[in-house]
Amino acid sequence: MSTTATTTAGPTSPTRGRGRSRRVREGGSGLGSAALTLFTWLLAIGFFMPVLWLVLTSFKQESDAASNPPTFFFRPTLDQYRAVFEAGAGGYFWNSLVATVVSTVLVILLAVPAAYAVSIRPVAKTKDVLFFFISTKMLPVVAVIMPIYVVAGRLKVLDNVWTLVFLYTAMNLPLAVWMMRSFFQEVPREVLEAAQIDGASLLTTMRSILIPMVAPGIASTALICVIFAWNEFFFALNLTAADAATVPLMLVSTMTSEGLYLARLSAASVLASLPVVLAGWIAQKQLVRGLSMGAIK
Amino acid sequence: MPASSTPARQRPAGRRRDANPAVSRGARSDAQRRDAWSRRLPLLPALVFTVIATQIPFLITIWYSLRSWNLLNPASDVFVGLSNYAAIFTDSTFRQVALNSVLYTLGCVVAAMVLGTLFALLLDRTFRGQGIVRTLLITPFLIMPVASATLWGVSMFNPTFGLVNWVLGLVGIEPLDWTSSYPVLSILIALVWQWTPFMMLLILAGLQSQPKDVLEAAQMDGASRLQTFLHITLPHLRRYLELSVLLGAIYVVNTFDQIYLMTAGGPGTSSANLPYYIYQRAFLGFDIGQAAAMGVVVVVATIVIANFALRLIFKGFMSTEQN
Amino acid sequence: MRRRFTGPPREPDRPRSSAFGCTRPRGWWSAAGVAVLTGFTLTGCTAAADDAKDQIVVAIVSNPQMQDAMKMQDDFTRAHPDVDVKFVSLPENEARAKITASVATGGGEFDVVMISNYETPIWAENGWIEDLQPYIERTDGYDDQDFIGSIRASLSKDGDMYSVPFYGESSFLVYNKELFEKAGVRMPEHPTWPQVAEMAEKLDDPDHGVSGICLRGLAGWGEVMAPLSTVMNTYGGGWFDGRWNPTLTAPETRAAVTEYVDLVRDHGQPGAATSGYGDCITRYSQGNSAMWYDATAMVSAIEDPASSPVAGKSGYAPAPVMNTDAAGWLYSWSLAIPTTSEHKDAAWDFVSWMTDKEYIRNVGERFGWERVPPGSRYSTYQIPEYRRISKAYAQPTLHAMDGASQKTSMTHPVPYEGLQFVSIPEFQDLGTRVGQQVSSAIAGTKSVDEALEQSQDYAQQVARTYQREGQ
Repeated sequence: MSTTATTTAGPTSPTRGRGRSRRVREGGSGLGSAALTLFTWLLAIGFFMPVLWLVLTSFKQESDAASNPPTFFFRPTLDQYRAVFEAGAGGYFWNSLVATVVSTVLVILLAVPAAYAVSIRPVAKTKDVLFFFISTKMLPVVAVIMPIYVVAGRLKVLDNVWTLVFLYTAMNLPLAVWMMRSFFQEVPREVLEAAQIDGASLLTTMRSILIPMVAPGIASTALICVIFAWNEFFFALNLTAADAATVPLMLVSTMTSEGLYLARLSAASVLASLPVVLAGWIAQKQLVRGLSMGAIK
Repeated sequence: MPASSTPARQRPAGRRRDANPAVSRGARSDAQRRDAWSRRLPLLPALVFTVIATQIPFLITIWYSLRSWNLLNPASDVFVGLSNYAAIFTDSTFRQVALNSVLYTLGCVVAAMVLGTLFALLLDRTFRGQGIVRTLLITPFLIMPVASATLWGVSMFNPTFGLVNWVLGLVGIEPLDWTSSYPVLSILIALVWQWTPFMMLLILAGLQSQPKDVLEAAQMDGASRLQTFLHITLPHLRRYLELSVLLGAIYVVNTFDQIYLMTAGGPGTSSANLPYYIYQRAFLGFDIGQAAAMGVVVVVATIVIANFALRLIFKGFMSTEQN
Repeated sequence: MRRRFTGPPREPDRPRSSAFGCTRPRGWWSAAGVAVLTGFTLTGCTAAADDAKDQIVVAIVSNPQMQDAMKMQDDFTRAHPDVDVKFVSLPENEARAKITASVATGGGEFDVVMISNYETPIWAENGWIEDLQPYIERTDGYDDQDFIGSIRASLSKDGDMYSVPFYGESSFLVYNKELFEKAGVRMPEHPTWPQVAEMAEKLDDPDHGVSGICLRGLAGWGEVMAPLSTVMNTYGGGWFDGRWNPTLTAPETRAAVTEYVDLVRDHGQPGAATSGYGDCITRYSQGNSAMWYDATAMVSAIEDPASSPVAGKSGYAPAPVMNTDAAGWLYSWSLAIPTTSEHKDAAWDFVSWMTDKEYIRNVGERFGWERVPPGSRYSTYQIPEYRRISKAYAQPTLHAMDGASQKTSMTHPVPYEGLQFVSIPEFQDLGTRVGQQVSSAIAGTKSVDEALEQSQDYAQQVARTYQREGQ
């Protein structure tokens, strides 16, 4: 409702003139511009509709969730959220947290020096190394799942959150190396050369000069790693059972053959998605750079 | 565009070293070696880790692919040479799911790019609530894929109480049985919904990096907006489009969650893609040898295609970074 | 470059935080394993923090009765405070995939697994699951002679039980008496498939969201192939003939599959090709299907007044037949202990608790008598409260289970065990692939003939081994 209010107010509002003079492409008649704005809004709301529906459903009773025609007006309830927590959501969230945070820390610890090596002080065959990294990103994980399963079984590390940490680190490392490389390349050469003339050791240079300069880069790299690790499903599905099961598996185990589970599944879905959605909303800019592996600034 | 790439960076440093005649030959090679190592050392942990985590399992996969191992029948584990590979090429289902893989990847990337471009163009102007609209539009990408798969599979596409059928009913369309009558389309819709924001973000970044003065100049010269778009914006966007297609394809080609949760590859195998089919052969069929052979074939195919595409597209970005 | 890595900060008071792999011996080794893998030295974990507690991991299929068991967990913990139970519950196909992969590779994630009478004899033969007879003998009051005969036999090897039934089932035809009355249709005492088709046509009422019948169509040998195999059997077709020749393209099988596919396509539920047992529960109990041919275990869901609007309104008829006297299947979800379990005694404590007479009584008292797991013990059918509420279906269930044998349900002898499955290791795969073909036929993307041709090919590959052995 507030949508229509804002958009119809558009043409008469004083902001319009300013907007037009500031931006080149804004041109066209005020009416056309308002129509375009309205269109954009409607499109966005339509596109967002499934998410809205998910959130609505999560506040319903099961019988309202699976009704035909759909129920739009109902007395909201927190029962489903309560049920999710009572079913032991804490354990799943804890595992996801450990797998995500530890793997991200490891990725950064490994990727920063590697990216430094391939950007600021290029080694021979840098390009090949870089392409090796990114090519591992393209391999279908399914091709290696059987050996990983069997080896993990032999090592007695099935259903163990550290196995996920290991695999998520491997999964995100190529991405992180590429991203960090693009950040290192923004460091002015002069800064580096000055440090070398000072005779500072590699570690000192890194710690005192480079790391502070690429700190924002590290943050956005970490964000991307967190998103991918948090949402990862395939390894978690195959390699965990009870002890190390992560949040995506909580969703799968909410689906029963019992029939009505939709509202509870929706509540679980909202909880599961919330951390990444919030992080993504806050860090929209970093998202772009991360998703393009550092290619787009 | 000058084609200077990474090795070019090494040159100035190398020249400087060579230009120092005071160092004797032996000492220099020693120093060089030490220097080379100090360059390599920071790279090694990541490199070794990646090799261990990705290459060793793959070698084992190759080994499995040469054996006929049915997990349920321990006695079946014998060396059979290339017969698992031979079986793949006579398996009509494998061809069908390979085709599905291509269909999903192309369909999703193209549709998401068209939609994403549209959204990006709409967002690339100032209007009330721009930030909110942008936030709404990127949300589908941030929703956990497992959650969005069940959201589409159950809440949206359920034949009895799904929202989509209800909406269609408003305009008089008979309820459709989405996931079993149109499984590939259903999954594609869910995928496009998830990946459109990704494309939108990348293309939007491209739009916003356009030099403003050029656009202004074009408008001064009396170019229409369509002309400006076709002759200035589109060429500028080209490499952004290329990059988003490539990256999108890398992510989408390995789609698993949506297929697993929405249709389980069904009805039959009609909506399975390669990753899902291989998973099925391994974890529902327990035919490890066969599944491994399929895995190897897919990996080889991916490497060939990807290496080609990667070098082609990333070249643009890597060389401009240097300058 | 070796880095010392001390792990993340430990959550201060999270009792038995096995998520860390720190508290249990198994977990510690696991952590060590990963440490070796990553080249990091993991410290900060000491074994045996609270070893006094045995943790067992139980993998079950997420059917309603199993969900009840999870809710009853407190009961068990009270009786066995030293055992900590963790459940992994997944839908049938996923559970089966996980359990089989784990047991077959000796993965050792699970201490108790839920399997069926299909897996039990094969896995017992492979030495993957424990012989439970010694455990049974030394457990007072655990009356194994009370298990329903046909079920007990199907879970035994050489007279020893290798898994014990949680519930057992055969199949029958349930129908909504109200809808039948309204349409003026009468259910014959022993319906045949053509009669069922005829009734379905009369009852079909898509305008009111009612389908004539609900039949599974979801790919999977435990889904669509279970009811379909019994139809194939009673038509005189089936998977293999007496000499292991696949008979999936035989005229009898073709007729059976055509009947089934046509019936569900013409008068079945929408979305048939992707709907399984769970979807039919929902549809039938919401009054959206007039008939449903499926597992006798359905009663716990559809006769539960709390979740099922049609409770008390159903009639039950034996499995529809064609050329045989009976046509039901025999199936049991049962519990077994993998040989890799390191907590076998605790596992048995749990298994015996969940399959005991006492458990059935407790479920009845706590959740209502219609929710007890049926078809495992004769004694269940002696409980007065259960007899009262189960009048409509107790006899049909027992009758179906006793009558479920190859002798009564097939027209010719076959070289394998099983009614709705073939007890060979390859069947799981074969059944699923054939199920996928049939599912495609139900969806209409393939003709029945095409689906069966391809299925016959698959069966041929499997049969070769057995034909050789037979000679």
